[in-house]
Amino acid sequence: MLRRSLQLALGRDVLGRDVLGRGLGTRRGGSRLGKVEGSGGYRGSWVAPVSSFVTFKIRDPGHDVKTVGRLGEGDWNGKMSEIKKKIQSFLPGGAWTQLHDTSYLPPEHSDVVIVGGGVMGLSVAYWLKRLEKPRGAIRVLVVERDHTYSQASTVLSVGGIRQQFSVPENIQLSLFSVDFLRNINEYLAVVDDPPLDIQFNPSGYLLLASEKGAAVLESNVQVQRQEGAKVCLMSPEQLRNKFPWINPEGVALASYGMEHEGWFDPWSLLQGLRRKAQSMGVLFCQGEVTRFVSSSSHAETASGEEVTLKRVHEVHVKIDHSLEYQPVECAIVINAAGAWSGQIAELAGVGKGPPGTLQGTKLPVEPRKRYVYLWNCPQGPGLETPFVIDASGAYFRREGLGNNYLGGCSPTEEEEPDPENLEVDHEFFQDKVWPPLAQRVPAFESLKVRSAWAGYYDYNTFDQNGVVGPHPLVVNMYFATGFSGHGLQQAPAVGRAVAEMVLHGNFQTINLSPFLFNRFHLGEKVHEHNII
Amino acid sequence: MLETDMRPWRARTIGGGRRQPGRLERTRGGELAERNQWGSRVRPLHLMAPVWNWGTRGIRGLSKAVAREGSQRKERSLLQFLADHFYDVQALREYLLQKQVLKVHQKNRPFTHIKEHFGPHAAGAYFILKQGGAVRFQGKEWIRPNARGRFSLDFLTFPAVPVEAVDASGSAINYHGLDSLLTLKELQSLWLRHCPHVDDWCLSRLHPLANSLQELSLAGCPRISERGLACLHHLQNLRRLDISNLPAVSNPGLTQILVEEMLPNCEVLGADWTQGLGLGPEEQSRDTASPVPA
Repeated sequence: MLRRSLQLALGRDVLGRDVLGRGLGTRRGGSRLGKVEGSGGYRGSWVAPVSSFVTFKIRDPGHDVKTVGRLGEGDWNGKMSEIKKKIQSFLPGGAWTQLHDTSYLPPEHSDVVIVGGGVMGLSVAYWLKRLEKPRGAIRVLVVERDHTYSQASTVLSVGGIRQQFSVPENIQLSLFSVDFLRNINEYLAVVDDPPLDIQFNPSGYLLLASEKGAAVLESNVQVQRQEGAKVCLMSPEQLRNKFPWINPEGVALASYGMEHEGWFDPWSLLQGLRRKAQSMGVLFCQGEVTRFVSSSSHAETASGEEVTLKRVHEVHVKIDHSLEYQPVECAIVINAAGAWSGQIAELAGVGKGPPGTLQGTKLPVEPRKRYVYLWNCPQGPGLETPFVIDASGAYFRREGLGNNYLGGCSPTEEEEPDPENLEVDHEFFQDKVWPPLAQRVPAFESLKVRSAWAGYYDYNTFDQNGVVGPHPLVVNMYFATGFSGHGLQQAPAVGRAVAEMVLHGNFQTINLSPFLFNRFHLGEKVHEHNII
Repeated sequence: MLETDMRPWRARTIGGGRRQPGRLERTRGGELAERNQWGSRVRPLHLMAPVWNWGTRGIRGLSKAVAREGSQRKERSLLQFLADHFYDVQALREYLLQKQVLKVHQKNRPFTHIKEHFGPHAAGAYFILKQGGAVRFQGKEWIRPNARGRFSLDFLTFPAVPVEAVDASGSAINYHGLDSLLTLKELQSLWLRHCPHVDDWCLSRLHPLANSLQELSLAGCPRISERGLACLHHLQNLRRLDISNLPAVSNPGLTQILVEEMLPNCEVLGADWTQGLGLGPEEQSRDTASPVPA
């Protein structure tokens, strides 16, 4: 009776479960919560330290954990001392707290678990909450391993957005995302919080093509114009007139995007999405997904073949710097883990089977390291500089008002650096980035490198385009990954597409069926020409 | 535990998504910084220029009355408290916010009927006059709406005369509203002073007017920054550009120099480029002129 009233007073329902469905007696290492691997449940010895107000004397050294009170001896005194210990611990100065703080643990049940809290995962969370009917119907949990985002591709990205792709779906995704960014304060407005400023530079992209690539560039521009992008073609003469700092030698054709293209600050977008998602009720957890508990069932295809369908039931989230993990029962898992999506997919059993079959098709996403260098050039190109991508693959853009420039280059397959860590190779700048840029922009012959960093591409080794949608065999795992360097600019649109797939079962605004997982098994590459 | 009892009709949510009050707080430097779940500070959010916040106060808060700052702060914090702890108040405020946004969209709708029947110039002129701006046709006088917002519809009778100058200062024109302006192919002078919704995205849209535009004034627009000014290099025929009093530009003097370099044939009025430099010799001598105790 006392216990029940205590529970109700502490905000639990009659079954002793609190708001998030956590059970009674949940304490650090308790039996229902926070399991530790290798043991059936950590049953720590719960001993209150001795307070300074009342002293206990240990009369009998034979009893190692019991302390015996002043009054008398025997078993009755043992019981009394235990009672006294318990009473003393919740008096002021005692160590026992009624509720152990378990706010760092994720809830025990969640409808959707999103693995990865970068821009892609947060975008899916936002759109799930925005498109759900009725309001509050779905519990969404975002599991992010590193809340400082020190290695996340989102924040290390150069932040560009362009429509100059060759695949129509990519162009549509980018157009939707630009619309989202332009109206970001309508989409992500939180009452009483200041408006977001993503610091968008609408300076456009300039793609240069040599003789070899000119025909491809022209056909790409036709496709882009059809989809609604504002791109114009320029000859070398026009290029020299418009941008006097450019050396058009070797350039046969250039395409210049005049509207809806530019670059912005990815960190602000991430924080805006996070703030809005939090206000809409998305739960966040810092932890690492270490295991999926799934069940299999057999089914027959139309042609009589037997397939094994898997369903993920639990996601084990391990807490940082601890052996503790929390099994989260879930209905749907979304893999938005970026460069580490391949590992997450393997944990779920994607790709475990004989090679060449659908069971044996792995998710071909791996981390690839890319360098970005920041340099200062006092005589460099002026305020009107677009994001320039040279025919050789080297790119640069202006940064701020102080004649600083950001740039880099994608290495060829043979020179791929080791993605073990994010150390920067400065030789790469000297050998591969500087020469083509200095040739294209003569002012860059004298520059001074201020700093550099490295980030990961979640590189899709199959065709460098994203993987979106459910896995055919692991039926409740959805992918939103593998964008190979253009994930940030497509994140708002892809988030909406995945949310529509989860809630309605099909794509409604943009049809991303070319990006489903099946294409890896069927061998249908979605070849994108303009990947930098 | 008291808070669960206070909430009126939604005592508990399945999602456990109770609003987290007080996620944003001020640091010592006056910037707004965010705290995450564990109380550690996340990088401060960038604030828009404060002028914008005050100018469109109506969008952000329920109270539109012009009151003293002290009482307004008290009203705001009460509303904030209510919105933080009650879902229905939060929903109401979100709904009102959406209504404000819709109002601005409604003001910027295009007049397709007029465009079909009277041509793009008439439609553009009608749009500007409806917003409260002024229009000048080639060879004619300025047409302005009177104090009650009414204007004469004579301009519909001269269909082929192009619009030469547009004064949309103080109007609610935004990105979508520019649709009506961009069809005015012979526009020579465009004034967008103190327009609260004109931002960098709008400036990137002005390139179709490059052939004819000679004068552009953006003075006092709270949302324009140097990033938007970078798009003005398309307007090579521009002869006069006014970029004074732009609160969102981080370094007005340097921006002026860069814009002057970008548009060599254009006279750029704006911040004095000595702004932000140290004390000049005249100011120093003025200080020494005052009596200094020996």
